[in-house]
Amino acid sequence: MNDFIKDFPAFDDRRYIYFDNAATTQRPRCVTEAIEEFYRSKNANPLRGLYEWSIKATDAYENAREKAAKFIGAEKACQIVFTRNATESINLVAYTYGEENIGAGDEIAVCASEHHSNILPWQRLANKKGAKLVWLEVGADGAIPESEYAKIGEKTKLVAVAQVSNVLGQPKPIKKICETAHKFGAVVMVDAAQSVPHMRVDVKELDADFLAFSGHKILGPMGIGVLYGKENLLLSMPPFLRGGEMIEYVTRESATFAELPHKFEAGTVNAADAAGLDAALDYAQSIGFDYIESQDKKLTALLMDGMSKIPHIEIYGSKNPDEHCGIVTFNVEGCHPHDVSSILDTDKICVRAGHHCAQPLMQSMGVPMGSTCRASLYFYNTEEEIYRFCEKLAKVREELGYGS
Amino acid sequence: MDLKQMYREIVNEHNLHPSHKHDTENPSVVLRGVNPSCGDDIFLQLKIEDGIITDGSYVGSGCAISQASADMMLDLVIGQSEDEARRLADVFLRMIKGEASGEEIESLDEAAALENVSKMPARVK
Ligand SMILES: Cc1ncc(COP(=O)(O)O)c(C=O)c1O
Repeated sequence: MNDFIKDFPAFDDRRYIYFDNAATTQRPRCVTEAIEEFYRSKNANPLRGLYEWSIKATDAYENAREKAAKFIGAEKACQIVFTRNATESINLVAYTYGEENIGAGDEIAVCASEHHSNILPWQRLANKKGAKLVWLEVGADGAIPESEYAKIGEKTKLVAVAQVSNVLGQPKPIKKICETAHKFGAVVMVDAAQSVPHMRVDVKELDADFLAFSGHKILGPMGIGVLYGKENLLLSMPPFLRGGEMIEYVTRESATFAELPHKFEAGTVNAADAAGLDAALDYAQSIGFDYIESQDKKLTALLMDGMSKIPHIEIYGSKNPDEHCGIVTFNVEGCHPHDVSSILDTDKICVRAGHHCAQPLMQSMGVPMGSTCRASLYFYNTEEEIYRFCEKLAKVREELGYGS
Repeated sequence: MDLKQMYREIVNEHNLHPSHKHDTENPSVVLRGVNPSCGDDIFLQLKIEDGIITDGSYVGSGCAISQASADMMLDLVIGQSEDEARRLADVFLRMIKGEASGEEIESLDEAAALENVSKMPARVK
């Protein structure tokens, strides 16, 4: 057992095996403490008041922005827009940048393994504008075959791609995708919801135009997310939501808008959860991505090895455990994933079952009933949990009435 | 009854060896039930004569619980009047939402074993 466990109140009950980290991670105590501390000692509406508490609240919020900017290598804090989650971040881009820059006959290239969050905003935009969605197909391992890149061309205005798929875990060559897109003047929307928790992400090195992630998938609270954008793009974009906090000057007829990033943050902001995210990013940094990645690889290898010894289990994606970012999607032959997950639940094992908000991918993978089970790990999981999981998984078929 | 026991004693048998999973010849009605969130897709086929369900079956796919439910409910409704079948279906739905009385649940016979499903919100759709 490693000693991170003690930082996580959820693991006080050691009977539970939490293998649904791709859905949301657990939160270390320092995160909930930071939120509590915000409400205890600086609870005032940030960005408005001129008194001490409000100034402290503003500082907490803006410090979190600085932290997030540094965490992903953004040059300036104003390139970080706080949202509710990755989904809202992507929608923000679709409703502002997309509305302004994508029109009839244009193409939006979307990777076929995307989460619905990085499909539906583009699907809506394409339908509304008469633009076309062009699918970058993925192979069985989750990688985009070289030949697919030829679909990015003169008509492409935007490429939507997740750095790590939440189903197959396979990391995508974002830098190369950006290079290709930029050759044709297209921008790239990187969904980093699954990558930011597992690997060092540097927006400048990737040359990403937009990048989104959720706080709750990297140890932070639910309800706070990040959108990074290149400054010139953010400057050129109209506001997303309108109301308080995002204006410069308002008359009965018109308004001018606040500077970056406030232009995109209408209404009272989620400062407490931003403070929680700040603490979460500190915590992740203290663990370090060297450790997180080595643990991902070690545990995933152990898990895939253990599972491959159990008959009637099919694992999807790359055969190489290093290409999974802790995500192992599988099926038990003849058993519906919901039944598998319910049986594992009786052993206090938490795994996800269903389409994982990636129905187009499920359709192209041709999995039975469009659904799979998914075990997803994080650095705090242990070898012992993996042994216990495999032991219980081996019994599922029998529990569901098969001879064995 | 715990969940494993529910599978072992009731669900698995109906799922793996259903009595009613086949086509009905000349059905009077065919009803499709789809739950896209879990990929359940079931066609219920009923033969109704003079207000009585004289025969019925289902085809399609889904999780063991949904398949077993269909099989058990057919056990229950074949031979009943349409009204009684509607009542039983209503009791079943209320049972899995946790809203049916003990007495009502008893009238579901074997299907009463699925009462536990009410504790699985993702399954109640
Ligand atoms: C790859 C990917 N993109 C987007 C999302 C959406 O995240 P959220 O629900 O926090 O907006 C998720 C999480 O489910 C994800 O795994």
